[in-house]
Amino acid sequence: MSHDLSRAVSGEAAAHSSHHPALAHHFDSLAQQTEATTLGMWVFLVTEVLFFGGLFATYMIYRSWYPDAFAVASHELDIVLGTTNTVVLITSSLTMALAVHAAQLGQRKLLMTFLIITMILGGVFLGIKSVEYYHKFVEHHVPGPGFQFEKEYFRHAQIFFSLYFVMTGLHALHMIIGIGIMLVMLYWSWNGTITEEYSSPIEISGLYWHFVDIVWIFLFPLLYLIGRHAH
Amino acid sequence: MTSHILPKRVYYTIFGILIFCTYLTVQIAFLDLGAMNTVAALAIATFKAAIVVLFFMHVKYSTRLTWAVVIGSVFWLGILLTLTLSDYLTRVWRTYG
Repeated sequence: MSHDLSRAVSGEAAAHSSHHPALAHHFDSLAQQTEATTLGMWVFLVTEVLFFGGLFATYMIYRSWYPDAFAVASHELDIVLGTTNTVVLITSSLTMALAVHAAQLGQRKLLMTFLIITMILGGVFLGIKSVEYYHKFVEHHVPGPGFQFEKEYFRHAQIFFSLYFVMTGLHALHMIIGIGIMLVMLYWSWNGTITEEYSSPIEISGLYWHFVDIVWIFLFPLLYLIGRHAH
Repeated sequence: MTSHILPKRVYYTIFGILIFCTYLTVQIAFLDLGAMNTVAALAIATFKAAIVVLFFMHVKYSTRLTWAVVIGSVFWLGILLTLTLSDYLTRVWRTYG
């Protein structure tokens, strides 16, 4: 009995040594595992699409009700900083894509370099965002008791700025989480967990990063570019 | 299957198109196109999102199951937005009807 058990245990140990250390037991191959993790990440991203979708729906209703207030309030946002941040974020998506490319080829140093650049660009984005938030506080454009705006649009401009802070704030939170994920990926790249055969953690982290970029691609024109021609 | 490695040049090209589209969307915002301003801004944003999904996120080279999930997300988002709009945009009809 005990003999059978020990043989079973050693048999399992042999099975362990024969496959890639990153391969979980319930998958036949790394390729199958990668396919499953990619699909799992996409299912998560669907929930994210609908999470932000609720906010976009709210924005859509209020903008259809108060188009003039939204246009006037939108002019208070800094278009230069907004455009700069769009370029920064698109560039970080490029470096993320290049990081995935380096991971797939097993180029460890290049992978780490691109991950660091991606994190720095994410940090630059958040820095510019905080400068914009600071301006809004100084200008009394934060909804609440201290809010100041031209009388005609006083109430409805607060709705615009509420949406602005909630949407960009949740987007910024996603960026902070993204930078946290990149730190873990950097550690895994450094300690050798990530290899040419096992690059899927980098790939699915990349999916998350690109998704956050896509949210901004929609936020930018909807918040910053309404009726710019009028002023 | 999923380890389809794209040449780097694809990423640089997509990056170039994304930057050009950003320039384009800012320029168009300063033209007076009436209601078409919003349509143009959303059309450009949707195009940008599509090329990010297809190339940066490799969906173009993914399995059919991944395609189904991606299209599913757009479909449900579409339901959320259009059914909400069909309610709010038709409420005023009662006032005039």
